Amino acid sequence: MNNIKIVVLGLLCSVLMLPAAYAGTLDTVKDQGFFNCGVSQGVPGFSNPDENGNWSGIDVDVCRAVSAAIFGDADKVKYVPLTAKERFTALQAGEIDVLSRNTTWTLSRDAQIGLEFAGVNFYDGQGFMVRKDSGITSAMELDGASVCTNLGTTTELNMADFFRANSMAYEPVVFEKADEVVNAYDEGRCDTYTTDKSGLAAQRTKLADPDAHMVLPETISKEPLGPVVREGDGDWADVVRWSLNAMIEAEEFGLTNSNVKTTCALTSNPVVARLCGKEGGTGAGLNLGDSWSYDIVSLVGNYGDVYEKHVGENTPVGLARAGSPNASYKNGGVLYAPPAR
Amino acid sequence: MRPSKFSNFIFNRNVQGTFYQAITLSLVILGVYYIVQNTAENMMARGLASGFHFLGVESQFDIGMTLIEYSPTSTYFDAFIVGLLNTLLVAGIGIFFATIIGFAFGIMRLSSNWLIAKIAETYIEVIRNIPLLLQIFFWYFAVLRALPKPKESIAFMDSIFLNNRGLFLPNPNFSEGSSVIFYLFWITIVISIFIFIWSKRRQNRTGITFPAFYFSVALVAGVFFAALAATGFPVSFDIPELKGFNYKGGMKLIPELVALTFALSMYTAAFIAEVVRAGIMAVSKGQTEAARSVGLKEGLVLRLVIIPQALRVIVPPLTNQYLNLTKNSSLAAAIAYPDLVLVFAGTALMQTGQAIEIIGMVMGVYLFLSLFTSIIMNLFNRSMRVGER
Repeated sequence: MNNIKIVVLGLLCSVLMLPAAYAGTLDTVKDQGFFNCGVSQGVPGFSNPDENGNWSGIDVDVCRAVSAAIFGDADKVKYVPLTAKERFTALQAGEIDVLSRNTTWTLSRDAQIGLEFAGVNFYDGQGFMVRKDSGITSAMELDGASVCTNLGTTTELNMADFFRANSMAYEPVVFEKADEVVNAYDEGRCDTYTTDKSGLAAQRTKLADPDAHMVLPETISKEPLGPVVREGDGDWADVVRWSLNAMIEAEEFGLTNSNVKTTCALTSNPVVARLCGKEGGTGAGLNLGDSWSYDIVSLVGNYGDVYEKHVGENTPVGLARAGSPNASYKNGGVLYAPPAR
Repeated sequence: MRPSKFSNFIFNRNVQGTFYQAITLSLVILGVYYIVQNTAENMMARGLASGFHFLGVESQFDIGMTLIEYSPTSTYFDAFIVGLLNTLLVAGIGIFFATIIGFAFGIMRLSSNWLIAKIAETYIEVIRNIPLLLQIFFWYFAVLRALPKPKESIAFMDSIFLNNRGLFLPNPNFSEGSSVIFYLFWITIVISIFIFIWSKRRQNRTGITFPAFYFSVALVAGVFFAALAATGFPVSFDIPELKGFNYKGGMKLIPELVALTFALSMYTAAFIAEVVRAGIMAVSKGQTEAARSVGLKEGLVLRLVIIPQALRVIVPPLTNQYLNLTKNSSLAAAIAYPDLVLVFAGTALMQTGQAIEIIGMVMGVYLFLSLFTSIIMNLFNRSMRVGER
């Protein structure tokens, strides 16, 4: 009769395995009290852990902003460090809820891989880093060079395009992890290291002698980097998209991390009042509390605060914002948020 | 009460057995069906592309080392083949060297010379107790750090160059009229095979030995060089030259390949050495003593008596080591050697996002390679079986 028990157990198990109803990510996240945010394995300024394991960077702050919007607390986030190769699978499989890991928005990723881009938090472009003593001053002199880069990025495709378009030969040396790329480049395996320029600026700080290297002036691609969510969950995508937009719009209207309290108390400007959560009831549509955007600015900061704190000129990464596409549209950049109303 | 026909039927052991097996089987089929169905549905729901259509699309990326013609306009299928060939190359070279080094150390470890035995033992214990990935990194970065930049290359006779971009060798170019040499080369090899067969038969019949090995080597090499001289050396060498960043022309071995094959062969050799030692020790001591007592020299004792018997014990675990080496070669991804995993399950997977198809293909390749190796080794094992007399 033992066999029968086994059969019955087997039947029970297969009934239990039937798919559970697919709850929306926002509800699940609210229930469990936190969400999982996929970040890099350490790109200074973008997502980088300190010695205590606390993550910081502008990519991390997107997740912190989402957390602030949902929970009124910027730290209800679990960070999952991922390689470029793992990131999309992790998102598709539900291991993470937001991917904020300097990921380029492209057609094929948007349309083919089941991803939805929630916006752009950094406008970047691919560049080349070389040793200063190599005497190279332009990417057009790279014919025949060995080029180090890492796997699973648009970088690989851009460099193939670049060398093909300019009929130059090169030898790609492709590593799985960014740290090994840096290491191999430092050891002299390659003449040049290519990735997004922000990445080059960040990784340069990891080289044995950062001052012996320089980034060439050419930018060979467009790399709009931004947070990504799973396709097919519009409510969740909205929360992430508008958390980012709120950071940008707060800057446009002069609402900063340091003045948000006083400004919100005194304001008579209706746009600022909406951002402060005093008017308009913007939270309802997103299934959030009305103070969601106030919480983002007071707990995380506006886009400018975050930029200057992590990658601005006074940081080791040192990327000047003025004159770059990352400046607000008011200052000649392309950063422009749809109105939060 | 007499049991009815019906109860006879349902309490029959065979009938019950069949019944439960049928239920188990249908549950397994249901389970598989459920997984496939669920995957397909979820992929649809999340807007994931599926199917093998992508294999015919231009890949648009480059690969650092290709054994066949390949460019960014080649298809994903070409990229698959490039990766596959690179994997086969590293596995093939690795197996070759691992076998030689492994046999050498296995026999050394049994040496009566204390120093030699200890050297072999130390090698085996150190190498096989350090994780392979660390060894690969060690050799890769050790090799890179030790080698000079292209402009300060180590040169041998101004034609072989070694630097941190790789080893550059002259590539022989055979011009017209050289095909005769190759025909002669193959003909002498066939003749040598016949000489081996003939000498073996004659030895079996009459006991007279013939130095077939030395004779064949002399024949093949002699005829080859004689033919070269007779046709006026129709060979030119494409010698690598320093142009811009690096050497161009000639043949090139990239440091990733060197480091990977080095690490894989050293690591697997340590295990093979133990397999060989076990095999030799499994041959009873009486065999050695008997062989010596009929007057065979030490080398012949090993070659004619011990090794053939030991191989019966050695081959099955040796097959395992070959399979391990092939599978371990996928660690190539860590040091940028463009093998199947790096190129296809890495770059191609990232660009297409078709994880299930690509990982399926890669798993299929490793499965096929493993089964193929097993079959070859099983056939070899069968041929090594001692005929019972």
